[in-house]
Amino acid sequence: MTDTRDHLLSILVRDEPRVLTRITALFGRRGYNIRSLSVGSTEHPGVSRMTIVVSGDRGVVEQAIRQLEKLHDVVKIIDHSLEKYVDRELVLVKVAITPESRVEVRQIAEDFRSRIVDVGRHALTFEVTGDEGKITAFIEQMRPFGILETMRTGRIALTRGSNADIPAHVYHEGETQALQPTLEVQPREERARHVPNLF
Amino acid sequence: MADNGKQHAPHRGDMTGAKALWATLANHGISTVFGYPGGAIMPVYDALTFYPEVRHVLTRHEQGAAHAAEGWAKATGEIGVCMATSGPGATNLVTGLADAMLDSVPLLAITGNVASHLMGTDAFQEADITGITLPITKHNYVVRDVEELPLIVAEAIRIARSGRPGPVLVDIPKDIQLAAFHGEIPAPHARPEAPAPSPESIERALDLLRGAKKPVIMAGGGSLDASAEITALARAWDIPVITTLMGLGAFPSSDPLWLGMPGMHGSVAANRAISEADVLLGIGLRFDDRVTGRVSGFAPNAAIIHVELDAAEIGKIIRTHVPVRGDARQAAQLLAEGAQPTPRPEWKAQIEKWKSRTVTPETYGAGYAVKAVVDRLRPDDILSSDVGQHQMLAAQLARFEKPRRWINSGGLGTMGFGLPAAIGAGMAEPGVRSVVIAGDGGFQMTAQELATLKMYDVRNVKICIINNSFLGMVRQWQELFHEKRYSEVWLGDSNPDFIKLADAYDVPGYRATTAEELPAAIDAWLSDPKSALLEVVVPHEHGVFPMVPAGAALYEMIETEPVRSPDLSAQMQDAAEEASEA
Ligand SMILES: Cc1ncc(C[n+]2csc(CCOP(=O)(O)OP(=O)(O)O)c2C)c(N)n1
Repeated sequence: MTDTRDHLLSILVRDEPRVLTRITALFGRRGYNIRSLSVGSTEHPGVSRMTIVVSGDRGVVEQAIRQLEKLHDVVKIIDHSLEKYVDRELVLVKVAITPESRVEVRQIAEDFRSRIVDVGRHALTFEVTGDEGKITAFIEQMRPFGILETMRTGRIALTRGSNADIPAHVYHEGETQALQPTLEVQPREERARHVPNLF
Repeated sequence: MADNGKQHAPHRGDMTGAKALWATLANHGISTVFGYPGGAIMPVYDALTFYPEVRHVLTRHEQGAAHAAEGWAKATGEIGVCMATSGPGATNLVTGLADAMLDSVPLLAITGNVASHLMGTDAFQEADITGITLPITKHNYVVRDVEELPLIVAEAIRIARSGRPGPVLVDIPKDIQLAAFHGEIPAPHARPEAPAPSPESIERALDLLRGAKKPVIMAGGGSLDASAEITALARAWDIPVITTLMGLGAFPSSDPLWLGMPGMHGSVAANRAISEADVLLGIGLRFDDRVTGRVSGFAPNAAIIHVELDAAEIGKIIRTHVPVRGDARQAAQLLAEGAQPTPRPEWKAQIEKWKSRTVTPETYGAGYAVKAVVDRLRPDDILSSDVGQHQMLAAQLARFEKPRRWINSGGLGTMGFGLPAAIGAGMAEPGVRSVVIAGDGGFQMTAQELATLKMYDVRNVKICIINNSFLGMVRQWQELFHEKRYSEVWLGDSNPDFIKLADAYDVPGYRATTAEELPAAIDAWLSDPKSALLEVVVPHEHGVFPMVPAGAALYEMIETEPVRSPDLSAQMQDAAEEASEA
């Protein structure tokens, strides 16, 4: 097998009905596995941003990107694996406590700079923000005390630096990396028609 | 566009959404719409009466409307339009949309829907058609505001035609059709220029071609409009050309460089050439599994150059050494300009040997009949086919000098496609003979469209039914891969009298049952001034060969028909009798 790992994509889409279905249906139909998905609005009215974590080898991700690019709702795709990025996830974790464990649990939470968002007699609920490693570590630390419930928002990401510093290929405007250097990708102005002054 | 005389005044009386729809279609030069009315699209049909410049063709089933629109589009290269009511009307379009999606046919489907306030309530005849067609359209819309209706339709037409063409659906709730419209009717979008291939990619392709000892060109459905350029390219380099099922006609069959069709029922020459080639130049194709056979065994020695508009197709199935993203026409022209023909006598000699291994049907049967018919076609004639053995036989045996004369359902393999597609093509080009070859099975899936022929007095559609009393292609697979357990493929006892059926629609019928009767029957059928039907009754158990079994590599093809056990039909008769006694 080839190297299968997680890839982080940001997909900017027109904020129209069925957009989420269209994107997830594309992943589903073609057998690409979505590990995490989060959607929210952006600084541009009418444009939403999705962060999708897809697992697969480089070829799978390239194919997914190209299929996505054909959708008319898709304005821009950013493949974070091509550049440096910051990513975060927010998690709520409800941990069981006893009078004996209470202090220790709080201490661990403090070490992780986690905030308590709810205090119950038998449970504390924490909010943790961080990259995947930090969140996994936090959950592992809490596990022995008894995790009652967790909810993760899914990962979100932005490229580092100002957008002007981001090489064109990260936005898939220039050459696509996966195949050969001579391949251009469809121009995107046409698609961005309904979206005022994007990028 | 405003003063070309064609554009309608924005307000023709009291303009409704429905009228705005027709005005937009008319403005886009849409002359014919295939469709079927119903409750949720009645305002559109009512408004139609104000727009005599657009002809509506009433088919007998919405699937027929969709395939007719496809036939129109495939013959002309222009967009086809079909229309249906909500719910059952819309779902009847689905097969046609899926067909158009896989064969990259520019199609606009308009559906009515229940009123906006009823959508989502499981109202009478409500179906979520945009949800249903999500994976089988390039894009689809629900119109939510009447003022946007013409803009959406104009955009839908643009999307259907641009880039790699495909179907787009516009769903219009009934209240939007009735709402007052105050805006302007948009002029057509200019057809966007196809992107030019990058000079570097062309240079790399030329490099490969220059060093090639055993090159071959493979042209697909995306190369039909680049036919002149591809012909020039192949001749300039002196490279043999294979045309896929969808690409038949992209290169003249009479040219000695033509090797036929590749794939499951491809020619010996085409499949052997692919298997031996050292450079394969694919143009406008997507390496369908019926073309490649087992992917790991496809062109095992070749460096692949893939010229393709749709970036997602490059590298999707076959590893590509030199991707050339862009317009097939421009790419072919640039590659021709860099031509450096090198003599390759060994390769040519090898190819000639393979070409001599063409299978010609000598004994009377389906292949013999198909050959007799296609040999009588003129270069301008449009040949459509349904799906099955007769389709593969027609693809193997017909000769095409021009593109857009061969119309069939390649990607989806839709039985019932042939007759309505031939009607659509025949209506698009009334001066040209539109011949369709169908099987006795598939013909019955859309046979009701004979009524469309009658209603519009279409005179140029010639229907040929190859009647082998079987779902022949399935029977062939059962014979080869299921130890001849002929499960549910016998039609013989229940087939109608096709001549009487045609007669019921005032379509003249002819029949041949032997090799001797065939020539005269074909003559009478083709020279009939009306659209006519020819039934050729053939022996039951003929197969289509060569054949590459599913999962095998192209070089593992079975070249000729294996010897079979006799008297299959008797067995089937017995089985049927037993069943009816039981
Ligand atoms: C709508 C649809 N249903 C089923 C099939 C599967 N199928 C492919 S070929 C075939 C048999 C076609 O029989 P017929 O129309 O008599 O043509 P023949 O193969 O005998 O020439 C069938 C059932 C199909 N392609 N399309």
